[in-house]
Amino acid sequence: MPAAQIKVPGGGRITIPHYPVDRVGTTERANSFTKRSIKTESKLDALYLALSMVDLTTLEGSDTPGKVRQLCGKALRPMPPAMVEQIEKEIGKKIRPIPSVAAVCVYPSQIATAAKHLRGTSVELASVATAFPSGQLPADLKLEDVKRAIKLGATEIDMVINRDAFLRGDFQTVFDEVVAVKDICSDEAHLKVILETGELQTYDKIRFASWLSMEAGADFIKTSTGKATENATLANTLVMLQAIQDFYDDRGRMVGMKPAGGIRTAKQAIQYLVMVKETLGNEWLTPQWFRFGASVLLNDLLRQIMKQYTGRYFDNHYFSLD
Amino acid sequence: MKVLKTIKLFIGGEFPRSESGRSFPINFHDSEKIYANIAQASRKDLRAAVEAAEVGQKSWGFMTAYNRAQILYRMAEMAEGKRHEFVGLLKDTLGISDKEANKQVDEAIDAFIYYAGFADKFQQMSAAVNPVAGPHHSFTTPDPVGIVALICESHFDFGRLVSNIASVSASGNSLVVVLGPECPAILQPLAEVFATSDLPKGAINLLTGHLKELYPHIGSHMEIRSVSCQNEDTEILYEIKKLGTSNMKRVVPRYENVDSLKAITDFVEFKTVWHPIGT
Repeated sequence: MPAAQIKVPGGGRITIPHYPVDRVGTTERANSFTKRSIKTESKLDALYLALSMVDLTTLEGSDTPGKVRQLCGKALRPMPPAMVEQIEKEIGKKIRPIPSVAAVCVYPSQIATAAKHLRGTSVELASVATAFPSGQLPADLKLEDVKRAIKLGATEIDMVINRDAFLRGDFQTVFDEVVAVKDICSDEAHLKVILETGELQTYDKIRFASWLSMEAGADFIKTSTGKATENATLANTLVMLQAIQDFYDDRGRMVGMKPAGGIRTAKQAIQYLVMVKETLGNEWLTPQWFRFGASVLLNDLLRQIMKQYTGRYFDNHYFSLD
Repeated sequence: MKVLKTIKLFIGGEFPRSESGRSFPINFHDSEKIYANIAQASRKDLRAAVEAAEVGQKSWGFMTAYNRAQILYRMAEMAEGKRHEFVGLLKDTLGISDKEANKQVDEAIDAFIYYAGFADKFQQMSAAVNPVAGPHHSFTTPDPVGIVALICESHFDFGRLVSNIASVSASGNSLVVVLGPECPAILQPLAEVFATSDLPKGAINLLTGHLKELYPHIGSHMEIRSVSCQNEDTEILYEIKKLGTSNMKRVVPRYENVDSLKAITDFVEFKTVWHPIGT
């Protein structure tokens, strides 16, 4: 695909560059991250770090205030104190405090419930918006969706790009929508822009959409909604991480990254952390710049943390289902 | 050209090598000639098998008992189709006679059929409607315990092995079986029977390797709810029991044949339900 000229607010044009992505090289490099061996103390550090980066998510039609309340409780205190006590008693020493997750991510209708429980805590409240997951609503209604979410207490907005426009080649519309949402977010909310990589078909388009979103003001770029047939993979995340690196070198602005959907195990999470470290460096290895959009991942992280302390493999039944 | 067999593990309906890459050779009986290379399971293979068993149990345990019976019967049919392979393998690796090998295979096939028949009947023999003083119906019914690890005896007997697997499996438990040192090569044809009988993936997993390396992790794994231990080493049994206290694991030493109903009910939990009598 060719580079594109985009009109920016206030007049003038910018170029969204096109650099073809080496598909074979990307796949090979992404696969190489699955071969690292992270053990003992390093593994424990990685597990704690990954846990602190989780955007604990529930995005189901069946979400209820009760489920969201439970999720907020788990976000604030992922491991029940009784379990911590049990481990400490067993190993005869204190364990490092288990941190809260980075954020809770819900549908707009559940923001009010989540806000009650998260206000005044370190856990951010993210809401999907702009007619998530399809983005198939008129632009004014999408913006209204964002305004309401922020008014209700969302501190982070996860918007979807207009894939219809993107795939038709109408990049200006995609850009304008992100700019408009960013204007509403202003300083009140962080903006994460979801590319839905599973629908973009090629690495070239993923890289192009990443750059377009970052130019439009995205604070984070995010792989997927979790609702498509293909969600986050190491390879498409790698393409986005490299776009972030190049954007930083070119524009001098750091942008965060959030792979979402399909990251279910601690082992996968650690592979992502290795990839971030080797692509972007340590500056991005904080919850401020890297997040996992996940739900079941949290239980596996807790299981593995307990395994590291006790030497025993733990059972899912020791943790809440959601 | 004759190709030497490499016998792999059976985890989640697939045949992976050990993640450790290790294997060990076994010989023809009383010979220096190598019969096959056998995968040597590591603790991580055990972990993978337990994870597969967790998935498998969700399908297997929630099937109707009648359906489980059909699948166990299908295993008998598939085992019958592999009779010559089983007999040849037992003769080659154990050095037993044709007659003895056929007898063991007969017993194994009979065990599949026997527990196929029992799979939807043991509930009626072990459940109860309890006499209670009050306006309630009170029922007690058996539920599978979940994931059971089966540690095979060091003296191999095919009929007993299948009998133990089928009895634990019939109630809806999923299994992680650690085969003994005498005939680990049985894994291959036996796994092929399981893989071609409509058994849900992960409901039965077979591992080969060194028990001394694996048993501490069997004892301490919180997801394994029960252990059927045929190994005669009392030290291993003691250690598994000790480690198993962490999740109140039910450890059942099984050195001798037991009554078939007991063979099943040793690996079930009895659930009692109180239901108010309506008007």
